Amino acid sequence: MDVSLIRKDFPILRDHPEVIYFDNAATAQRPACVTEAVRAFYDETNANPLRGLYDWSIGATARYEAAREVTASLIGASRPEEIIFTRNTTESLNLVARTQGMERIGEGDEIVISVTEHHSDILPWQILCKKKGATLVWMEPDEEGYITKEEYTSKITKKTKIVAIGHVSNVLGVMQPVKEIAAHAHECGAIVVVDGAQAVPHTEVDVKDLDADFYAFSGHKLMGPFGIGVLYGKYALLEETEPFLTGGEMIEYVTRTEATWAEIPHKFEAGTVNAAGACGMAEAIRYLQGIGFEAVRTQEETLTRRLMEGMRRLPYIRIYGAKDPASHHGIVTFTMEGVHPHDISSVLNEDKVCVRAGHHCAQPLMQFLKVGSTARASLYFYNTEDEVDRFLMHLEGVRKVMGF
Amino acid sequence: MDLKGLYREIVNEHNLNPVHKKEMTDYDLELRGVNPSCGDDITLRLKVKDGVVADASFTGEGCAISQASCDMMCDQIIGLQTEEALSRAELFHGMIRGEVTDEDALEPLDEAASLQDIAHMPARVKCAMLGWRTMKELLT
Repeated sequence: MDVSLIRKDFPILRDHPEVIYFDNAATAQRPACVTEAVRAFYDETNANPLRGLYDWSIGATARYEAAREVTASLIGASRPEEIIFTRNTTESLNLVARTQGMERIGEGDEIVISVTEHHSDILPWQILCKKKGATLVWMEPDEEGYITKEEYTSKITKKTKIVAIGHVSNVLGVMQPVKEIAAHAHECGAIVVVDGAQAVPHTEVDVKDLDADFYAFSGHKLMGPFGIGVLYGKYALLEETEPFLTGGEMIEYVTRTEATWAEIPHKFEAGTVNAAGACGMAEAIRYLQGIGFEAVRTQEETLTRRLMEGMRRLPYIRIYGAKDPASHHGIVTFTMEGVHPHDISSVLNEDKVCVRAGHHCAQPLMQFLKVGSTARASLYFYNTEDEVDRFLMHLEGVRKVMGF
Repeated sequence: MDLKGLYREIVNEHNLNPVHKKEMTDYDLELRGVNPSCGDDITLRLKVKDGVVADASFTGEGCAISQASCDMMCDQIIGLQTEEALSRAELFHGMIRGEVTDEDALEPLDEAASLQDIAHMPARVKCAMLGWRTMKELLT
């Protein structure tokens, strides 16, 4: 893979070689083909999809449904109807909690989640537990960030009705053994909801192989537009699930007192949908598949190894999570002795380096790690070894600027 | 002044060697101030005698700007009438919002006026404000 050629596909990277964008876990950059696909939708066949009986609306519907098929193929869904378009991972997880969660959970039941979760995979379950008098049970990771077999088999029991787990941690970058967790959870009679926001952009995901009941991710982290996300659900489960939002285009028939629901997936897509966003995300998926996950992984591993080796030479840097760079999915979370992460990020910004600093929407994990906040460099396949070297130089510079 | 200059010339000294960051036992007022998104978390303690701030100190942790700004603030308000301290807080807020820029008008802020350029760094405004905001809450 020639990264210098790939970077030409991204106008923002091509036009700003001086900027080091290492905040890819927050959102990825977009190749021109993605913004072009969004433009093409509006300029060529813009109409409200799924409603009109004229050509433009039929064309809009065709593009929207084609995007669903591309998305289904990315994660190995059995059929396109198992793909529900949402705004983002957060909405997808809330959808499950507010529908299946409300129906499935009763007083005394347990929902099992991990300390490594993002707030969007904590709060919907925390609130659900409070409403229903259920108990939120926390799995804790080992020193590298993994949920061990001992941990998940002791926490997931016959009392467990739902297990919600992040596939790849947005702070530690480690991939949890979702397939094994799902197998155990199913034996216990629980359903498994997976937050795949940090996994799908970096690795092949096969929802059937994982045996996930629900799987959520966002378009923008895999180079798609903002405001389009995905909830995969097993067909039979979606069929039995009541709608989330209600209103336009999710019904079969409405009278003054009653309504029946449209077929899935439309039952879960109330109101006018983000069809152009879906088309943009589909183009991003095609682009990602064109690059290939093998190439993505190779480049990310090369860069992460170089980055972690460089950081380990700096005695005042502490890296969190797994020792093996290959286990990080491009995410390297760290602290600098004596320097607050916000100061690291602000000083790096002066050198046009973009990293995240703070709690990364994972405060229970910060509490578990006993740090107030951390800095996070997160890489993607279009980053370069030269950027890693410059980053390391700037990191040493931060230390000096801060008076050490 | 750019951010690096600000750190080197003003912030680092107060951050690394804060004069007023210490435990205090004989205080009259105490309040915790937090910036939830950053993790800045301080506890400000004031000793007030006959309407005058007799002593001020803080504990806690946060970014260099929050810690330095709070240290400078403590320095500034010790010996002031509480009303004066509150009006300094207003002045500092006005400076950080970019509303008060006149050098003479900012003179009462003394060293704290050196944080004026934070007004151009929107991501760091609430760091600089934390100590002052907490003091204002404590005295009103």
